[in-house]
Amino acid sequence: MAPALAWLTALMMVPCALVLALAFFRRGIYGGIEYTFTLENFGLVLDPLYAGIFLNSARIAGTATLIAVVIGYAAAYAIAAAPRRWQPVFLFFAVLPFWSNYLIRTYAWIVLLNREGLITQLLRWFGYTGEPPSMLYTEGAVIAGLVYNYLPFVILACYAPLSRLNPELAEASRDLGASAMTTFRRVILPLTVPGIAAGAVFVFVLSIGNFVTPALLGGGRFQMIGNLVYDQFLTANDWPFGAALAMALIAIMLLVLMAQALAADRAAGRIAEAKADG
Amino acid sequence: MTSSPARIFGLRTTLVLVFAFLYIPIAVLVALSFNQGGLPTVWSGFSLKWYASLAGNAAILSAALNTLIVALVSTAIATLLGTLLAIGVEMRRQYGSGLEALIFAPMIIPDIVLAVALLSFFSMLDFTLGLHTIILAHVVFNLAFVCSVVRARLKSFDWSIVEASADLGASAVTTFRRVTLPVILPAVVAGALLAFTLSVDEFIIAFFTAGAGRASTTLPMQIYSMIRFGITPEINALATIVMAVSITALTLSQRLNRGVIGQ
Repeated sequence: MAPALAWLTALMMVPCALVLALAFFRRGIYGGIEYTFTLENFGLVLDPLYAGIFLNSARIAGTATLIAVVIGYAAAYAIAAAPRRWQPVFLFFAVLPFWSNYLIRTYAWIVLLNREGLITQLLRWFGYTGEPPSMLYTEGAVIAGLVYNYLPFVILACYAPLSRLNPELAEASRDLGASAMTTFRRVILPLTVPGIAAGAVFVFVLSIGNFVTPALLGGGRFQMIGNLVYDQFLTANDWPFGAALAMALIAIMLLVLMAQALAADRAAGRIAEAKADG
Repeated sequence: MTSSPARIFGLRTTLVLVFAFLYIPIAVLVALSFNQGGLPTVWSGFSLKWYASLAGNAAILSAALNTLIVALVSTAIATLLGTLLAIGVEMRRQYGSGLEALIFAPMIIPDIVLAVALLSFFSMLDFTLGLHTIILAHVVFNLAFVCSVVRARLKSFDWSIVEASADLGASAVTTFRRVTLPVILPAVVAGALLAFTLSVDEFIIAFFTAGAGRASTTLPMQIYSMIRFGITPEINALATIVMAVSITALTLSQRLNRGVIGQ
């Protein structure tokens, strides 16, 4: 037990604390680090230029999260409604791509979306003769890549509460005269909020800090926080500012996690109520 | 649940569409890796020539070897440490929230943050970067994943058999080897396979902790630099092989320990 904890402390806690400390120092004239205390790195994070990138990242990550949650929830719902013995098989194949190589899954979208890719060829096959549409290196491509890569996790997170749902609850709701839509909105959805929240947090956190997808599918035209951190450390050589950006990323992550915990708590209250009523 | 035909049709259509969305991009990639022509996306006949050209590419072979070294060594260390950690935590049953956070953190911290943190740490210590620093870094998240897989198995473990073994005079080592290990072995192997795949596929942390120069380029780093130059049938072939390795390891892991990739 001790060696593992020592490893995590030395190679995760200490480096992260170091980055936090780094964020309070000044950048040296030749790119090194000058050990004088300053808050200007955090001020720079709030500079309109960089704040704009934060907002942009949040918008792209938010859109990807929304789409992934809608598709993922529908998929999880369909899996949970399938015959019992097929459910583990469907779930396995839904999650399998998630654990395989992230770069390759992103690259697969370059193959699909490039000007001579499958989509252009399909369009031609249907009689389209114009210029190939430019789909790669757009915001849409970045969002598609993020949704594709993180969808399996949403399916997994939403499946858990959906599969545990007591079918009698939905039956009771219908017996009392509620329509299918009302039953879904008032009974099923509220009870599965924890799964949705867990899935959404995951997609949002991983998307907002992503650097591979914007670099490959956005062609470097769409700067996200991850790319900004990358630049500060490897090209601009401003480590203190990069560190402040990384800490801002962690702060966003913690905020989102707290919101999730809150949503889960409230849902737990509702589930307890439903049980008490039943 | 009512099973109106419309409802069943809707559910099936959803499943078909989602699986098409998940698997068509991969299928296209795999199909094009067997494409004879040099154009990366236009089919012109079956051929294995891109696989042959991979075998003659020294840069790719050396990157593959580096990846194998990093994955095997970091998996071995992480499996040992992660298993011991899981046993320690589950045996004492003192789940402090600080401890939980420490074990959970490597799985949730954005890769880029851990990557720059380790880069700063190593450079501050004047550590020479190379394969060894990638290994040190990969153990951090691999250990967390192995630990969580083994812990899931230990949740249903009956600790009284460990006490019984001790009462019957077995030493701690004998008890571990003859009693605890056989029970958790499937989970340990499943965790190791998962760690191996994660390490083989990991790009960002390796990229930051590898240092300059080609000597410690791993396969994902090689793939990344190839992708940036454009699509080639050779990347398709390489991607197919890497996917095949990951999927085999994951399927084995799942068979050994049901539900491991569902965690």
